[in-house]
Parts: sequence; C-alpha cells; structure tokens
Amino acid sequence: MTLTPILAQTDALEAALAPTVAGRSLWQDAWRRLRANRAAVASLIILCVIAFASFIGPYLLPWTYDQIDWDHIEALPPDFALGHYLGTDSLGRDLLARTLYGGRVSLSVGILATFVALAIGVSVGAIAGFIGGKTDQLLMRFVDLLYAVPLTFFVIILMVVFGRNFVLIFLAIGAVEWLTMARIVRGQTLTLRRKEFIEAARASGGSTTAIILRHILPNVLGVVIVYVTLTIPQVILLESFLSFLGLGVQDPRTSWGMLINDGAAELEINPRTLIVPAIFMTATLFCFNFLGDGLRDALDPKDR
Amino acid sequence: MQSVLDIKNLTVRFATADGEVAAVSDVSLSVGKGECLGIVGESGSGKSQTFMAAMGLLARNGRATGEVMFGYMNLLTAKEQTLNTVRGNKLAMIFQDPMTSLTPHMKVGRQLTEVLVRHCGLNAAAARTAAIEMLGRVRIPEAARRFDMYPHELSGGLRQRVMIAMALLCGPELIIADEPTTALDVTVQAQILALIRSTREEFNTSIILITHDLGVVAGLADRVAVMYAGRIVEIGDVDQIFNAPRHPYTKGLLACTPRLDDPATATLATIPGQPPNLQHLPRGCAYHPRCPYVMDRCRVESPKLLPTGAGQNACFLDDLDVRAAS
Amino acid sequence: MWSYFIRRIVIGIPTLWAIITVCFFLMRLTPGGPFDSEAPVPPEILTNLRASYHLDDPLWQQYFSYLGNLLHGDFGPSFKYRDFTVTELIAQGFPVSLQNGAAALVLAVVIGVFLGIVAALAQNTRRDYAVSAIAMTGIVIPNFIMGHLLILIFGLWLKDSIFQLPAGGWEDGAFANRILPVVCLALPYVAYIARIARGSMIEALHANYIRTARAKGLPFRTVVLRHALTSAMMPVVTFLGPATAFILTGSMVVETIFQIPGIGRYFVQGALNRDYTLVMGVTILSAALVIFMNIVVDMIYSVLDPHVRYDEAAS
Repeated sequence: MTLTPILAQTDALEAALAPTVAGRSLWQDAWRRLRANRAAVASLIILCVIAFASFIGPYLLPWTYDQIDWDHIEALPPDFALGHYLGTDSLGRDLLARTLYGGRVSLSVGILATFVALAIGVSVGAIAGFIGGKTDQLLMRFVDLLYAVPLTFFVIILMVVFGRNFVLIFLAIGAVEWLTMARIVRGQTLTLRRKEFIEAARASGGSTTAIILRHILPNVLGVVIVYVTLTIPQVILLESFLSFLGLGVQDPRTSWGMLINDGAAELEINPRTLIVPAIFMTATLFCFNFLGDGLRDALDPKDR
Repeated sequence: MQSVLDIKNLTVRFATADGEVAAVSDVSLSVGKGECLGIVGESGSGKSQTFMAAMGLLARNGRATGEVMFGYMNLLTAKEQTLNTVRGNKLAMIFQDPMTSLTPHMKVGRQLTEVLVRHCGLNAAAARTAAIEMLGRVRIPEAARRFDMYPHELSGGLRQRVMIAMALLCGPELIIADEPTTALDVTVQAQILALIRSTREEFNTSIILITHDLGVVAGLADRVAVMYAGRIVEIGDVDQIFNAPRHPYTKGLLACTPRLDDPATATLATIPGQPPNLQHLPRGCAYHPRCPYVMDRCRVESPKLLPTGAGQNACFLDDLDVRAAS
Repeated sequence: MWSYFIRRIVIGIPTLWAIITVCFFLMRLTPGGPFDSEAPVPPEILTNLRASYHLDDPLWQQYFSYLGNLLHGDFGPSFKYRDFTVTELIAQGFPVSLQNGAAALVLAVVIGVFLGIVAALAQNTRRDYAVSAIAMTGIVIPNFIMGHLLILIFGLWLKDSIFQLPAGGWEDGAFANRILPVVCLALPYVAYIARIARGSMIEALHANYIRTARAKGLPFRTVVLRHALTSAMMPVVTFLGPATAFILTGSMVVETIFQIPGIGRYFVQGALNRDYTLVMGVTILSAALVIFMNIVVDMIYSVLDPHVRYDEAAS
C-alpha cells in the first residue's frame, strides 16, 4: 500500500540541486547580505579608521606617546596651538598620541593573540575532527579539561613569573583563547568529513595533511572568520584586564587598558583622561561585535 | 450535509526578503460532519499552510485573509484567547513528525492531562484516569506504564499514537491530520492509518487528511482535493478522482503512481518539469509549463474552479468538453 | 544519579592534581623569589627566612610536603602576611567572595533570562533591539570602567541623596556595601545570559513541539513557561560553568576597586607581591570551585533533559 508517487522524487531532486546553486555564489551572497547590514558596514568602516589612525596616526602628530611637554606637566585641556588636540595626561604627555599608540598595542595584542589561538585551535580541531576515533576523544577530553580550569589565573601567574613582556602577553592570551575555536572547527570538520568530495579526495589517495589543508580548511573558513572577529574584542578586554592589574606592557608604553586604568584613578578631577581612551576602546569592541554578528548572519542566513 | 469547517477565499501570504509570496491563493472548501476529506499535493502546494492558517499557527511572517468558519467562529479573526477555547478541544491537529512534535522534557502523561485540565476542567486525578484510558483506546499496550515515560522512550509509531490520543481527548468535531504517516515505517504507517479509520468510525469525527501519498487518501477519504501552487485544481469524490480524474495534474499524479499489478518491466511515468516556484509563478495556469494539454489560453488566463459533474475542476479543457458536448 | 555525581568528583581530582602540579613547578622553577621585591634584606635574615619556609629543601621534597599539607587543608604560610597562614587568609576572604559571586550569578541569571525571553518574544521589534543594545553595552564595557562609573554616580554625584551608596569598603558585609560590587560583578553576565537566552528561546519557539502545544489550545504564557523555557534554559545552564570562572576573575577587579577583603583581592595582591603560597592557594581553591560548578551544571542539565539522565543510567 506504499504507492509513493513521483513527488517524493522531485523533492529529492530539488534538495540535491539546492546546495550546488547556493555553493556557487556563497561568498558573493554573503558579501551582498553583509553590505545590506548597515550596522556591520558602519562597524567595518569605523574599525578601518581606528586601525589606520592607530598605526599611521602617531607619525603625523607633533608629539610622540612618551614625549613629555616639560612646559606643561599637568593635565592640559585640548590646545590646538600647542598641538595637544585632545590635551595631555597628568605627566604632560599628549593624550591623542598616547591613545593612538595604546590602540596600536591593544589591536596588535588582539590580532596576534587571536592568530595564536587560531593556529592552535584550528590545528587541534581539524585533526580531532578529521582523524576521529581515539585521537579525537583524547584531544577533546583535554579541551574539556582545560575548560574546567580558570585559565585567566594562569595567564596572571605567567605574567608574574616571567615578567611583563609584549610577546608573552599575546602568546599567553592566545594559549588560553583557542579552546572554543578547537571545538567549533572540530564540529564543522566532523560534518564535512562525511561529505562526498572528501571521500573522493581520500579515495584518490590524498594524504591526510593535504586533505585537511586543501579541502577541510577552506570549508571551515566562514565559521573561522566569524569566530576571529568575535575573539579579537575578547582578547582586547583580557589585555585591558591585565593592564588593570598592572601586568600589561611597561610604562611609558601603554595600551587602552592601561590608559583607562590611569584615567580612572583621576576620574574625579580629570575625567577626560578616562573618557578618551574608553571611547576608543568601547567603540572598537562594539564594532568588532557588530561586525561578527553581521558576518554570522551573512554566512549563515538560516539563523534569521 | 451539515459542514463542520467552511473555508472561503482563503489566501495566505508570507513576507520574505524578496517580497510577498502567496502560499495559498483563494482556496474555498468545506468539510461535512463525519466526513473525511483528503488534501493531496506536492510539498509547497500550500496544503499544510491552508490548515496552519485555520489553526492560527502560521509563522510570524505569514498573513491570512478570507474566512475560515468553525461552527460560528471565524478562526482567522478570532482572538488568540477565543481560538484557544476550540484548539485542542473541538478542533485538533496531528502533525507529521511524531519524533519532534512532543515536548522532549515532559512526560507523555503530563502532555495529555494538561489538555483535559485546560479544556474539560478535570482535576489531576480524573485527567490521569481519562488520559490512560485514551492511551488504551488508541491501542497503546501497557498504557499506564507508558503514561509516565518521556517521549524519547517511545517508538515513532507509539508517539504518533500518543499524538492521536492527544487529539481525541476532548472528543473533537474535526481532526486535521498533517502527513500523519510520512515519517513512519511502512508497517507502522498501515497501523496508524487503520487506527485513524477506526477512530473515525468510533468517534464519528470529521477528518482532514493532508498527504502527498495518494495511497493513503484512497484508503480513507470520502472526498479529495488536489492542490497545486497554492490553489485547489480539482476536488471531487474519491472514486471520481481516482477513476475519472479531470484535471491534467491529477491525471499526471495518478499516472506516475506505481501500481502493484504493473509488470516489473513497466517504466515509471513522471511529470516533466519542476514543481512550481511560488516566487515566480508562471502567468496563467500555474501548471501550464508541465501540462501535456497546454493551450494558448492557459498561458495568459488562470482557470477558475468550476463545478463539473460530481466535483469541481479548474481547467480550460472542461470548456472544450462542454462546447464539444453542445 | 548519585553514583554519577561521585564518579565525576573522582574524575575531577586528577584534574585538580594536574593544576596544583603545574602551578607549583611554574612558580618554584622561575628565578626571583618572594623576598626580592622588598627592601634589601640582610643575607643572614634571608637565609633564615628561606629556611623557615623550607625553600632550600630539594624541590621534590617541597612538592610532596605541600601536597601532604594540602590534604589536611593546610595551604602553607603566607610569604607576605607573615602572621597569617594562607588557610587563615582564605577562610576570611572566601566566604565574602562566595557570597558576592553567588549573589551576582543569581542576579545575572534572573535578569538575563527575563531580558532574553522578553527580547525573544518580541523578535526584531524595538523591544528586542533595546535588549540587544543593553546586552552589547554590558559585554563591551569592561567591569573596571563600570566599577569606576558606578562609584562616580552613586558615590559622588548622588551623594547626600537617597540613592547614595558607599563607594567602597566592606563594613562586615553591610547590605549597602554589597550593592555596587554585586551589580558591577553581575552586569556583564546579565548581558551574556540575555543574549544566550534570547537565542535559545527563539530556537525553542520554532520547535515542532511548540506548535503542538499551541495547537492544544494552551495559553501562550503556558506554552512559553512550561514547554519552551526548559529547553531554552539549557544553553544558559551550560554557560554557568564558564561563568563561575569568569566571575572569579571579575571579583579580582571588583574587590580591588571596591576594597573588599575577598580572595580576588588577595590573589591580585599576592600576584603582585609574589606571595606564591597565597597565589597557589587561591588558584587551587578557584579551580576546585570551577570543577565543582561544572559538575553541578551537568547535574542540573540531567534534571532538565531526560535524554541525558537515561543515557547515563543505561551506560
């Protein structure tokens, strides 16, 4: 009594056709959807401006970040004649120059640490997901174990033990932030592994490394981009937290976290020194988060 | 015959990113007391959305116009509160996928008794007795034990029986069964269909049976409506639809249904072309690109559903027949 | 279920041991000791100090005696606060931090879940966007800025009004002294939980069983609270594990800003003073707490999700 008509077959055909049609223009589609998202586009532009200002800006200013204006060793309000466009801090150092320099440090830490996390997370995730079996279980058990550890404590201990050092900061933070990345990439790889084109690559004798590099990684790229965008602000926050504890970069070098912490100390008498770096930092964090959400919606429209 | 549900000019539109899409266009039909009406169509033909609209269960971006009368209540304009006095009470629905249609973190029993407490004003103890009795009536073995189980501990067939029991609890006048057997194994399908048939006899409930499986309809329905691209293209008695189909789409459907008495070497007929894309429906009759009898007129004009013999049909071929006859 | 609970605790012990070991050798193997940062100490006193702290014993001996003492709940003497043992310091500070942390967590869950549901039920409306904006703000403003802001508003601007709150200090846990720290600690997690709850509630509302529940004619409130909320809570519950760790970290900031004598502040001061025994004590305790919370989360999970419960029983 199973007189299943041909309708089921056409459904199957439709389903089979759909992914190829979507696949052809996945990135173009995503780009189109992202451009339609005004918050994400605005965020991208603001981020570019802040990044450009942080990395190029300091060379264009009359004062450097560590230069003390000996004539004015006090918190000066904005003064265009002297070239202090946003005033100075209580030691007479130019606030704009310091904020831009701090931005360079914060953004560098954010990006470098995220790439450390990315390298570890993607390797572990792809290997666990692709090889599977015991390797997968072992690696993921290890990730679970680390999840249950308050890792920030370890970052602090590392900073105390080995001293305050720019390289160590992003290495340590990166070594802490890779866990979620590993889980996400593993999940994606697991589903990819069962797809036909991977089977085909394997059947035609591709080595594991080659398959991971050539077939798996390009296909997890979307998720990875989204996650990178959302990890950078977390790292910037973590760095600012270390700075708050006095474990960030060494004075006179600075970062947004340090500037905010210094500013907070003078909050009542001189709120400008808090507000300026705080605006830069929160704007950056906002933009990264909006951009990340926008990218997620663009790359994975079924969520909406 | 006195009708239980009357749908007049029902249109359902969904707002999408690429504009409005009409999933159901100008559908009118009625179901008589104790009658079983089969609704047949491909996925996307609007057969489910017609009754989702009637139940007030459209997705957020959906909007229904027209009139759906259940007794004296227009279900489309009724407030949620008013709607809730009939939903699950005199008007019940059974869904396609019993695996996901029961709340996973609640015991089966609670999901049954909450209906009785809500609509029949029973207290917890009375509801429990009534619910266990109903589980027995839909032939669930060890009903009292199953009552205290979670959905995932039951097989697909048992879960669908639970869904049917849930629908029957308050003695409904109409049950809408949306693909009740599609997600089930073949042997279980037959059992569930037998159960639906016997409940219908036992409770004298009207049933709307939505399916893409003509075999299911043939065994159960009194009348059949065939839907294509959001419209009813043909409606008539089950015998007429199966033995003397008038609409080319109905004919096509029947032709491509494999028959047990066909020789094994017979090729399976198919309907050429693809199911319609609701966002870009062809002008005129939506079926014309696939229709073997297509005429010039079909490409520009949309045929209306008109009475023909025992049923109604929406095809210009009928006009030719009439003219040929006269 | 209890056997499962006990098994998880047994699994947690090696984890804790690994943490203790890594911590111990990390701190002892590095150059620079706890007495370096102080004003120069005469050599003979330094020798005495090192001897009294057993720092000249072979490392493995120090390690095993530390482990042995831990079993008795003895975290060793503090390097910095010479009159106190670490155990005494923790006994003072831990209850304070625990109360604040628990209060913040409860506050975050209650408000966060409420906001998340409100947003989910009004998806893509102004109310939804308002909640998203609040959540985003809570996430991007670091708690040390928030702490200073709260002090500025309630401690200074609203001074002498009825909304005035103490800008810091503990006063043995006076209610008014608790408000700002707890709020400051909870705010980022209100935001996170609101986002999580919104997403999971939207997903839950799209589930087939919600359609069934609505088709049964249940009032919308019952559908949401009885049928959707439980599944929507699962990701929130999962978040409680990491949230505990985050709140411990957050309490370092909050306790420093508001001058509260909790273990977060001890940890910060211990770290800056290289008071290794104190830092280790707090780290071990925190790790134990996080491990314990993860077990609790698993248990709550198994209560909410019958699948988990019975799969466990079967295995």
